[in-house]
Amino acid sequence: MSLVRSHVLVCGGTGCTASGSLSIEDKFKECLEKFDLVNEVDIVKTGCFGLCEAGPIVVVYPEGAFYSSVKADDIERITEEHLLKGRIVKDLLFKEAIEENVIKSVDEVKFYKRQKRIALKNCGVINPEVIDEYIAYDGYRALGKVLTEMSQQDVIDEIKRSGLRGRGGGGFPSGLKWQFTKNATGDVKYVACNADEGDPGAFMDRSVLEGDPHAVIEAMAIAAYAIGASEGFVYIRAEYPIAVNRLEIAIEQAKEYGLLGDNIFGTDFSFDLQIRLGAGAFVCGEETALIESIEGRRGMPRPRPPFPANKGIWQKPTLLNNVETYANIPQIILKGSEWFSSIGTEKSTGTKVFALGGKINNTGLVEIPMGTTLRDVIFEIGGGIPKGKAFKAVQTGGPSGGCLTEAQLDEEISYDNLVSLGSMMGSGGMIVMDEDNCMVDVARFFLDFTVDESCGKCTPCREGTKRMLEILDKICQGKAEMEDLNRLDSLANMIKDSALCGLGQTAPNPVLSTIEHLDMKYVEHITDKKCTAGVCQDLLQIKITDDCIGCTACKNVCPVDCISGERKSLHEIDQNECIKCGACIDKCPVNAIIKE
Amino acid sequence: MENMVNVTIDGQELSVPNSYTVLEAAREVGIDIPTLCYLKDINEVGACRVCVVEVEGARNLIASCVQPVNEGMVVKTHSRRVRQSRRTNLELVLANHNRECLTCSKNGSCELQTLSDELGVSDRNFEGAKREGHFDDLSPSVVRDSSKCILCGRCVNVCKQTQGIGILDFVNRGFETVVAPAFEMSLTEVPCISCGQCINVCPVGALTEKDNTDLIWDALENDDLHVIVQTAPAVRSALGEEFGYPIGTGVTGKMVAALKKLGFDKVFDTNFAADLTIMEEGHELLGRVKNGGTLPMITSCSPGWINYIENFYPEFLDNLSSCKSPQQMFGAIAKSYYAEKFEIDPKKIFVASVMPCVAKKGEIKREAMEANGLRDVDAVITTRELAKMIKEARIDFNKLEDQSYDKVLGEYTGAGVIFGATGGVMEAALRTVVDVVTGDDLEELEYTAVRGVEGVKEASLEIGDLTVNAAIAHGTANAASLLEKVKSGEKDYHFIEIMACPGGCVNGGGQPFVNAETRNSIDIRVERAQVLYSEDSGLPLRKSHKNPEIQALYSEYLGEPNGHKAHELLHTHYNQQEKYNRNK
Amino acid sequence: MKSLDELTKIREKAQKKVSTRNSGKKIRIVVGMATCGISAGARPVLNTLVEEVNKRDLQDIEVTQTGCIGVCRLEPIFEVYQNGEKVTYVNMDPKKAKEVIVNHIVNGNVVSEYTIGASEE
Repeated sequence: MSLVRSHVLVCGGTGCTASGSLSIEDKFKECLEKFDLVNEVDIVKTGCFGLCEAGPIVVVYPEGAFYSSVKADDIERITEEHLLKGRIVKDLLFKEAIEENVIKSVDEVKFYKRQKRIALKNCGVINPEVIDEYIAYDGYRALGKVLTEMSQQDVIDEIKRSGLRGRGGGGFPSGLKWQFTKNATGDVKYVACNADEGDPGAFMDRSVLEGDPHAVIEAMAIAAYAIGASEGFVYIRAEYPIAVNRLEIAIEQAKEYGLLGDNIFGTDFSFDLQIRLGAGAFVCGEETALIESIEGRRGMPRPRPPFPANKGIWQKPTLLNNVETYANIPQIILKGSEWFSSIGTEKSTGTKVFALGGKINNTGLVEIPMGTTLRDVIFEIGGGIPKGKAFKAVQTGGPSGGCLTEAQLDEEISYDNLVSLGSMMGSGGMIVMDEDNCMVDVARFFLDFTVDESCGKCTPCREGTKRMLEILDKICQGKAEMEDLNRLDSLANMIKDSALCGLGQTAPNPVLSTIEHLDMKYVEHITDKKCTAGVCQDLLQIKITDDCIGCTACKNVCPVDCISGERKSLHEIDQNECIKCGACIDKCPVNAIIKE
Repeated sequence: MENMVNVTIDGQELSVPNSYTVLEAAREVGIDIPTLCYLKDINEVGACRVCVVEVEGARNLIASCVQPVNEGMVVKTHSRRVRQSRRTNLELVLANHNRECLTCSKNGSCELQTLSDELGVSDRNFEGAKREGHFDDLSPSVVRDSSKCILCGRCVNVCKQTQGIGILDFVNRGFETVVAPAFEMSLTEVPCISCGQCINVCPVGALTEKDNTDLIWDALENDDLHVIVQTAPAVRSALGEEFGYPIGTGVTGKMVAALKKLGFDKVFDTNFAADLTIMEEGHELLGRVKNGGTLPMITSCSPGWINYIENFYPEFLDNLSSCKSPQQMFGAIAKSYYAEKFEIDPKKIFVASVMPCVAKKGEIKREAMEANGLRDVDAVITTRELAKMIKEARIDFNKLEDQSYDKVLGEYTGAGVIFGATGGVMEAALRTVVDVVTGDDLEELEYTAVRGVEGVKEASLEIGDLTVNAAIAHGTANAASLLEKVKSGEKDYHFIEIMACPGGCVNGGGQPFVNAETRNSIDIRVERAQVLYSEDSGLPLRKSHKNPEIQALYSEYLGEPNGHKAHELLHTHYNQQEKYNRNK
Repeated sequence: MKSLDELTKIREKAQKKVSTRNSGKKIRIVVGMATCGISAGARPVLNTLVEEVNKRDLQDIEVTQTGCIGVCRLEPIFEVYQNGEKVTYVNMDPKKAKEVIVNHIVNGNVVSEYTIGASEE
């Protein structure tokens, strides 16, 4: 008879794995042996919990004790004190899990309380490598319902009514896309999943695939039934080895149970799924470039029309949706479109997963209802800006999105609202910036990324973004004129207007939105030749203040001998020779040298 | 009747088939939207963004060359938004382009130049990094200069789709993209067949032919040498275009006159050698049929095709006719029969040829293309290079009086002249073979089934008690599909004609450039081939074996077709080539 | 899997396994497992409680441990929390623990002679 009374959930997402969660798992097993608890305690490796700032994370049930930043050395103590004796180890708990000596379970912690986890429902709850656990939490019931109780059109109508929109960034109504693909002529059709998640700092799709791969498999089967396909592809970037591995295991287990393959649940419906790996190209997240890549060709976008719904993989009608979009499907089927559409706003229903990064205390993954304000996400859930610094801007949508400032903090998060503010939802990356960030530099960072990732097919993106970057470099080096800003602006608008695909069309967004909301920063860089955030090296000068005691320590360490001054007298830096290496700043014993 | 849709272009309403693109629809109302990368049927990709237009209701500008029309579409082709975008995109292209127009061989015929002129662009706006250019002139036929490339993709598509080979593709990504062979190797290290189709479609000077005019000038200057020239049939069908004549104007007489003015000692015709080839090849075919030789027999006069078969279908090497191409046969005869007849030291004879072809430049260097230790042909220039020489010598081409070829190696029949079109060799061969087998002199000698630009053509003929199954393919992609059918046993032929270039030699890699705009509305292959068929129908002699100079050649010198002497001079062999060979 | 019934069976079986992770249980049984408790024999009591709950497939029951409850001389101790009320059972052993499960947990009758109140008399 089972004596198991406690489950210890160890986070096995990429982030925690990189911080050593696998050795934590091993250590637990060791300690359980030692304390003879092997029959009473189960160690479960799950997907990402979302609070990556606090990793490696361990959650112990049934109490829901939320341990964070766990090290291998802590394990013995946790085992002896908590698992054996029942005393929760307070000093190892996540800081928000204990308030005035009252222990809060993981569900009550502020970070999770404000979230509504739909796509991430099972992440951090189940072991993704055990299909039975997925089934325990209602897995594959939606597929069963669809195959036995619903017609193809029933399914599509339900998705339409839910108001679900593409979570990959486009925000296209998913039900409508499913309808187009179903209507397309042809007896061979495909479903595909875009798991190429290329936005820097975005890892929503990765976490879903690592933590709950079956949700995607089930959704793709449902989609295939709805549109009339029997084959599917998951296009996943090769830089996600853990996700690929978990997906492979999941597909294998689903096949074993007959949930993939011929005559699923004894019906006429057959469906098979293949994995295709990407090879390091951000542009292959663009739908037609992705399709070209699956066909074995160079990932360059195709002109549209024809759209993939009519001519996709090998010119057959193809339904291509993002991982997160799929992750919502099974629950919409089970709980109904009304339930889903009651969450969020009228035109942006449901929730959205955001990857919080940058200057924020609780970096990690959050899933919140649409309509939540930026302020709530950043300060309530995200825990605010570290070190008490002042908020400057938040970038949403990755390299395709724009920057929003203090003035927009109370805006609601929704597809249309963000676009009207000059940004976009994108795939869900949210990077927070504080007073120490230079927004011009941030715009340059994103543009540098898109220049590198441009496929090279069309003129505006291939040539234009490079020229934009050259102008930005000039600005950050203090070599620009106001005319350059005008050129930058008109070039950016032209590229946005005439590029072939979404990558090129949105590449200018970070620049355009920073010009719109923060144009004074650009002017400062150009006319004042100053970077007030202290980031753009070429615009900074290293100066020796009056605190100088004349010890010549800086002189001795300067690699270009640009410091002059006798012993006991004020030293001076020759700005023309200074290479801004900062060695003198480090050396000065009285902190008399500053950068400004 | 196709479904029609109603669209409005610049305020004008019209009805067009729903398969039309916006570009085609605009042309209906006399608006020629400028394009750069677009080339009908070959490159329809919407990459350059020069052809963008404004469409009501669309958020962005749309590429008119690929956008299909739909009901109620309202298009503006030259609003300020469109013009600024168009111009900026062109300026961006120019900023990353090697702008040495004055010394570029495409000066005056460059599509980028024309467009810049038409749109009135300034290129002061985008000075910055420039793509590193690669210059590859190791191939005897094709020169690649990627500093001039505008990444339109036409060459990539013509090599990949039209020719079914694909040795050029986009390499690297973004700003670093170049069009190059795999791993940016030289053209000589990959299975490039030197067909030169890429040269024909390149809008700028990134792909050009190897310039050998210096060799000709040097020979002409050398009083010691007896310099003779032969002209391929296809040259006369297109040379006129270089001097302002409409496409499809034959200029044989003027061409001969120009060559004489340039200073050649004798001006002969490759058509003579074409007749000779028919004699040899026709008898070779009959021999194989009678004696159970390897069938189907495949023609061997297209060196691009020879390169192709040696690289990709070596299993068919035994099927090739052992005949040299007419160009090579001419050279061999010139340095033996002709030299002896006129008591000229063959070592002092310089044979030049004017060809529509760039692969010929490599053919003359093949080891086996010689006789008695002397190279059959010494130098090849293309139709384009000849035009350059005529212009450099300031000969007023249009005012020249027609002149005729010189005797002994200059007489030809209609069968010889149609070699330049796809199906021409087949038709010429049939005219002779039919007479030989039946012993008759048939009056009906036009085999229209083998004419035209359809990719693969078939014909079946009853000749006496023989049924001859013939097939013709042009363009190597079509050749491949034909060969696959032969391999699988699906088809059974006796005789196959294959030309590497789509349309045959009239569309060879050395023919005058025709810009995309013109190609969008006419098929130059058909127009130029018409010149040859026209000349053929006007000639008194239309069968190779009726050529008196050919008859004299055999009776005085060679003896029998396929005889010993003929084999020595006029036949060759072929070998499998290694596809990828570093430092070939 | 050939039918939905098969899926349901797997689901039910698996749910039992993962039920430990569900919060909001109606009844909580907390076993004192500090050093005093363990040396007095609380482990076997804990194991028995877990075994009985699983054996009878009782839903909505959480069995967990805690540190020293305080009344060390009466160890092994476990407390039953239900509807905001608490019943403390003392001097427990596996046999008595079983009886509590049957009478109190399953049938709703508190076993008064095992409670702390009874022990003080």
